[in-house]
Amino acid sequence: MLRHRLSTLLAVIYAAALFGFIFLPVAVLVLFSFQDGRLPVPPFNGFSLQWYEAIFADRKLMAALLNSLIVATASSAVACLLGFMAAYGFARYKLPGSVLQRGLLIAPMTVSYLIIALGLLTVLNTLGIGLSLWTVGIGHVVINLPLCFAIIYSSMGDHHVNIERAARDLGASDWKVMLLVTAPMLMPSILASFFLSVTFSWDEFIIAFLLSRFNVTLPVEIWSLLRSGLNPKTNAIGSVVFLASIALLAILELTLFRKKNTP
Amino acid sequence: MTAAVSIRTVSRLFHQFTALNEVSLEIAAGEFIVLLGPSGCGKTTLLSILGGFLLPSSGQVLIADKDMTFVPPARRPTTTMFQDYALFPHMCLRDNVGFGLRMRGMARAERYEKAFGFLDLVGLKASSAKKPHELSGGQRQRVALARALAVDPDVLLLDEPLGALDLKLRRQMQDELKAIQKRVGTTFVHVTHDQEEAMAIADRIVVMNAGRIEDVGAPAEIYMRPKSLFSAGFMGEVNFLDGKAIARDDDDVLVETPLGRLALPATAFTAGDARAGQKLSLVIRPEHFRGPAETAGSPGSLSLGEARITSSAFFGTHQRCHVAPVSSPSLSLVVHMPQTAQLADGVCVPLAVQAADIVALPAVTEA
Repeated sequence: MLRHRLSTLLAVIYAAALFGFIFLPVAVLVLFSFQDGRLPVPPFNGFSLQWYEAIFADRKLMAALLNSLIVATASSAVACLLGFMAAYGFARYKLPGSVLQRGLLIAPMTVSYLIIALGLLTVLNTLGIGLSLWTVGIGHVVINLPLCFAIIYSSMGDHHVNIERAARDLGASDWKVMLLVTAPMLMPSILASFFLSVTFSWDEFIIAFLLSRFNVTLPVEIWSLLRSGLNPKTNAIGSVVFLASIALLAILELTLFRKKNTP
Repeated sequence: MTAAVSIRTVSRLFHQFTALNEVSLEIAAGEFIVLLGPSGCGKTTLLSILGGFLLPSSGQVLIADKDMTFVPPARRPTTTMFQDYALFPHMCLRDNVGFGLRMRGMARAERYEKAFGFLDLVGLKASSAKKPHELSGGQRQRVALARALAVDPDVLLLDEPLGALDLKLRRQMQDELKAIQKRVGTTFVHVTHDQEEAMAIADRIVVMNAGRIEDVGAPAEIYMRPKSLFSAGFMGEVNFLDGKAIARDDDDVLVETPLGRLALPATAFTAGDARAGQKLSLVIRPEHFRGPAETAGSPGSLSLGEARITSSAFFGTHQRCHVAPVSSPSLSLVVHMPQTAQLADGVCVPLAVQAADIVALPAVTEA
């Protein structure tokens, strides 16, 4: 009995330590975004919303936030579309060197963002394309496409083949089969890859930093804020970013969870 | 709508494997045809070729006298009902059934009305707003049938549609399929490996084996007058008795068997006349053996001597016995005896068969 209690206690302590380790930094960040004072460090002087006021009044920050939203949704939509079409091609047609090609598609996942950014920078320079939010978007498509492809490809089972065949048998063209049958059937995994892409793009710094110039995304703007020293404002904007990611994750979980209950 | 189908010397090879070997078949408009055979016999390959999902390696497929050999599925006057139903999981029943009409550009209101009509035909009108996952297996099956019929095909192809249903539901669906086919008049080509199902629904059964057609005919004909040993064996329990044609005697052929010399009418030779000296297999169904009470000197009855019962079991409609003929104790025959017969192991019973019930086929020569 005692042993049992002891092991339960240890398990609880372990779990607490685990979650503490993961979430304590975030909790501290959020806590000091409410700091009534100029420094986001202990002691906590009291509760204040002044820093949130400050960030929402900061036009540069708000512009960066909007830029981030645009880049995240647009690049994720493109990555999803390309990933879906690639997955459809590989799952439904016999292509030469299929295994190799699929490997090549997924390979960028293993390359560091820094290398991808440098590579893209060189290419863009050579082509004479100026840096802008577009180039950041291209970079984010490059990093998210392998992910979208992998998720969607893995959910394209053979059990869908007969359903597509039935659609074709009833007179649907290849495009209609894809649009009206395949894509709706794969919607859970398409949504999952879309939302994951959005969160990755939303948080991404290195590519956004190296491939942008005047219009920047939120992480880049935060970084330039940080250069002028610690400030509860950075905590506040960090909390907003965190909240947005959590909200997206919640949507993702809910949509996937709902789909799982009704296969 | 309905149309005739003509299959002309169609072959299909998969690498080195011959799935179909010069198959020819004429199907009349409005006929209910069942392709019957064990798995791997080529029946599903033939159905896929009719549906346009596979191209034949050689040969020709005509539907309503038009060459359809290389026409893709979407442009054929056929629809297929798949074994796993292949319903669209994200659409309600109404949209499932109306899908083919939508692809044909029919306006929404008209399309829904037609879809309701076909859902009504299969008794699911009240569920039209449900999704497929809310239905039972039998209901899904009906939706698949309604969806396939909604586009008014000339030929409906059914790929083991009842395979996933339990036995009771399967028998019920067989009756419904048959009734619906009579109502719509569409040519049905149905694939199954269940010979009872085949007999229950088919106008004509096509027995297939190893890529060839073994036998074609009405269920009673296939069962009672099989034209091949495979067909005889596949259509239910059967006894094969070795024999040898020895002489002709007027209209009869004398056949030497381990159970004595039998005079068989020429009609017994369903696969063509026998030459003298030819080795034969006599096909006798267990229910064709007459019980002790019926054998007494009826015309056309052939006595096979006495046989000792080695085991018996009660089957409801009959008693199924294994017997060893006294004249050839190493043989074992399966015999159906009347329900009420008093039987015990070791007892000897007289065996007799009506000459008209026996089918004699050329024996398979040992390779």
